[in-house]
Amino acid sequence: MASDIITHTRFFGSNPVKEGEHYLGQWTLRFIIATLSITPLRQLTGWNWLAKHRRTLGLFAFGYLMLHWLTYALLDVQLDWGELVKDLAKRPYIMVGMAALLCMIPLALTSTRNSIRRLGGRRWNRLHTLIYPIAILGVIHYWMAVKKDITDPLIYAIVVATLLGWRVVRWRSRHGTPSTPVSA
Amino acid sequence: MRNHAKFEPPSSEITPEQRYLDRRAFIAVAGAIGAGAVTGLGFPGIAGAQQEPQAVGKPYGLQPDDKPTPWEDVTTYNNFYEFGTGKGDPVGAAKDFKTKPWTVRVDGLVNKPADYQLEDFLKPSAVEDRIYRHRCVEGWSMVIPWRGIPLADVIKRADPTAKAKFVEFTTLMDPRQMPGERTGVLPWPYTEGLRLDEAQHPLALLAVGVYGRVLPNQNGAPLRLVVPWKYGFKSIKSIVRIKFTDSQPKTAWNQAAANEYGFYSNVNPTVDHPRWSQATERRIGEFFKRKTLMFNGYADQVGSMYAGMDLRKNY
Repeated sequence: MASDIITHTRFFGSNPVKEGEHYLGQWTLRFIIATLSITPLRQLTGWNWLAKHRRTLGLFAFGYLMLHWLTYALLDVQLDWGELVKDLAKRPYIMVGMAALLCMIPLALTSTRNSIRRLGGRRWNRLHTLIYPIAILGVIHYWMAVKKDITDPLIYAIVVATLLGWRVVRWRSRHGTPSTPVSA
Repeated sequence: MRNHAKFEPPSSEITPEQRYLDRRAFIAVAGAIGAGAVTGLGFPGIAGAQQEPQAVGKPYGLQPDDKPTPWEDVTTYNNFYEFGTGKGDPVGAAKDFKTKPWTVRVDGLVNKPADYQLEDFLKPSAVEDRIYRHRCVEGWSMVIPWRGIPLADVIKRADPTAKAKFVEFTTLMDPRQMPGERTGVLPWPYTEGLRLDEAQHPLALLAVGVYGRVLPNQNGAPLRLVVPWKYGFKSIKSIVRIKFTDSQPKTAWNQAAANEYGFYSNVNPTVDHPRWSQATERRIGEFFKRKTLMFNGYADQVGSMYAGMDLRKNY
């Protein structure tokens, strides 16, 4: 039985649903960070070939996010709809996570070459700046979800802040000091 | 116990006879294994050479479908922040933890305060094996065969004065041995507390073993509290001090996050943790969730202690 495999393989230890949920959430954040690293890496190294892998990394992030959510909804809450609704209405960290998930959907849907052509590069780029709030929401979600030890979320927060800060600094140096910093 | 007969599990799940180990034999075994730990042999090493131990003991408040959680889960999935915040951290980080010699101080509002060597502290009581349900505040649960002595025995011997209203427990403070105590994750040393009547309840146990064996370090060796109707974090580990007070003791998790962890922390499916529901739980080793029971299934035995109290306020 599938449930036997889930509970009795020791790959995820004694509480595989919880461990799996955390594991998938962490990999979501790692792929978001990888996606956000492409631009700074290109700018630092001139490796422009990295650009064509950015959407793939973003889709991996989306894939892990879906698995993370499905683990939560199917295996953890086990489709107890009342509980899912209560979680969403009452628990801020669930709201934050769901907000990030909703923002991710249009990005995944427009990840095809066709979509870029249809939207035009400029509009496509503007839509995909949603990855910045997604990254921030993702870290906040993680931070709020841990019981007490914030070491891991803090590391993710520093990495995301560095990657976003890099963009702000670049933008400022190119445009003088803006009154409203807009990342590009 | 008054009411456990109501929830007697099938006889196949129960060790046929209650086996109370001879106290002296127990202490001898404890000593031998303790010495092993000191010489670096370590309890887990010894355990590894043995077979999966059989759960021994008298079941208390078990539901018909409650089975003892496997030894491996009980001894590798641990919340013991003194040895790291990951569930798998303590089994490794506590490997060389020194539990012998061990002194327990009994003081505060008592007529017979004393510092005891652990052996002397245990000596006057008969060691019992009891199978209890265990519910973590995080939403998982186990069924654990503990070995220990009733806390009520210890209280009787300490002879609390009329002013004593609470009991405060303290974990060893030794940052050299307990790496978690070098971090700021909780206010150290870990402290816990019970109302005096809660502490005197016959279910409250001071455990020195699990599965008929000496308590592994990661489970709170050499002496830990077990209060089965409360969330697991109330069952403080590696106790060095039991103090009787007239005011409600400060407790570690309550100081760390008062809105999430109250003084009472009785298992209660109707009062949610601010970040998750407490209505259900995942039994370690099972896939489908179980309904959490009021007072973790011990309502008949302990409910009267909280009669008239607003349990939503006194969470």
